Amino acid sequence: MNFQIKNPKLVTIAVCLIPMLWLFVDIAFDNLGSNPIQALHIRLGDWSLRFLCMTLAITPLQTMTKWRGMADYRQMFGLYAFFYATLHLLTYLAIDNNFEWSLIGTDIIESPYIWFGVVAYWVVFALAITSPKWVMKRMGKSWKKLHRLVYIGTMAAIIHYFWQLKGNLAEPLLYLIIIFFLLGFRVLAGLTSRQLNKMMIPKGHE
Amino acid sequence: MIIKTHKDIPSSEITDKKVFNERRTLIKAMLVTAVGATMPSAWANNAKPNAWDLAKSDLSNTALTPTPIELVKNYTNYYEFTLNKEDSTKLAQNFIVDPWSLEISGEVEKAGTYHLEDILQLQTLEERIYRFRCVEAWSMVVPWVGFSLANLLKLAKPLSTAHFVKFTTIQQPETMPNQRNNVMLDWPYIEGLRIDEAMHPLTMLAVGMYGDALPKQNGAPLRLVVPWKYGFKSIKAIVKIELLKAPPLTTWNKSAPAEYGFYANVNPAVSHPRWSQNSERQLGSGFFTSRRQTELFNGYGEQVASLYQDMDLRHFF
Repeated sequence: MNFQIKNPKLVTIAVCLIPMLWLFVDIAFDNLGSNPIQALHIRLGDWSLRFLCMTLAITPLQTMTKWRGMADYRQMFGLYAFFYATLHLLTYLAIDNNFEWSLIGTDIIESPYIWFGVVAYWVVFALAITSPKWVMKRMGKSWKKLHRLVYIGTMAAIIHYFWQLKGNLAEPLLYLIIIFFLLGFRVLAGLTSRQLNKMMIPKGHE
Repeated sequence: MIIKTHKDIPSSEITDKKVFNERRTLIKAMLVTAVGATMPSAWANNAKPNAWDLAKSDLSNTALTPTPIELVKNYTNYYEFTLNKEDSTKLAQNFIVDPWSLEISGEVEKAGTYHLEDILQLQTLEERIYRFRCVEAWSMVVPWVGFSLANLLKLAKPLSTAHFVKFTTIQQPETMPNQRNNVMLDWPYIEGLRIDEAMHPLTMLAVGMYGDALPKQNGAPLRLVVPWKYGFKSIKAIVKIELLKAPPLTTWNKSAPAEYGFYANVNPAVSHPRWSQNSERQLGSGFFTSRRQTELFNGYGEQVASLYQDMDLRHFF
């Protein structure tokens, strides 16, 4: 308990690594079913999307609870979304395709669902490299504009998810509903309160 | 000092060995009868068929190594039960496969409804190792047990007006949750072939796999296997085969006509609108193994390409 109060951020960093460790355990015990490579893809993609949703939930949560200083967590979750998206991409390139570039090239060109994944990854990548505080300061107002792309990236990630499925659309639909609510909240709150824009900027930058 | 605690069994009470053995035989016979009475066919409770004398087939890809059976049993698209690939293993266990009858009707001289056992008595079961390629870009190698569909259709004597064959899956909403709740597709599931495709020797009706009866989730008791077409053409749990003048409207084609065509021939050059069909993940292959380059007609081009000689496969996908 003491530890949690002293180092909540460290604890969060550790907790966010659990999905990866869990995946290692499932790989070690052959728990990923008949098509383990696809299961791995979906798990990593899922976690990236979950962290994106958590990132997007921080500001509404802050508005509702009037808590402050959550921007660091928003940054942390965003970086974890990038982390899991990168593992997802590496899985595709290395574990699924063994870096056979001709297969990979054809696959990307011929698969529209992957185009959405590429868009989502570039957005998350751009947000991750501009996430350090000093970059944020140097970018000024354009930082906020750039980071609003997170909604585009998340939408692209959701399309990437359900655009590759033949049947079971339940899970991507769930993400779509979550994003719809989070975005809806931001739009409504933006209309009712100009204060929200101020709260989007982390402490020390106001 | 030896204390005798009980008397030896008197010889009169020891069962004569011959009588003992006779009793055993009798008990065994009674058991067999009892089992036979509750499971009159080979498919009940997935019991191993008693006498499958499997013939070898020239149509079998004996060079291919079958995918481990557990992977094949636990990765099925059986939307009548569930939209995922794992849960049908369990959900299908309540499915009733016995008794089973098959209706053959339409443009035939001899229409009728037959018990599956009677149909099988007229067929020689063969084992055929085929590659099975799903439209979702994964594949597996399965040793099916069955016979050429042509051998059955010939018995019904198709008329010259029979240009297409329509297959229908059973409607069994009491055991199939997604039929009961009208989930996603129009039930029952319907598939179709052109008559020359149906009469092709590679096209088979399967009743088993891996030397055993078909597991319920894999399409028991009777399914179609068309190895040069995407897996969704290989309809499961068939109760009706109709020979028709015109092409039937098939389930996936009806549900998403831009994505799933009537022909559905495996073709790496014709992408699905949302994903490439150029390569496939082979079930059972390890991490860091490349995907397999998909072959035209799933590698059966030599046998079937002539069926599509003058057709634009991009248009007739």
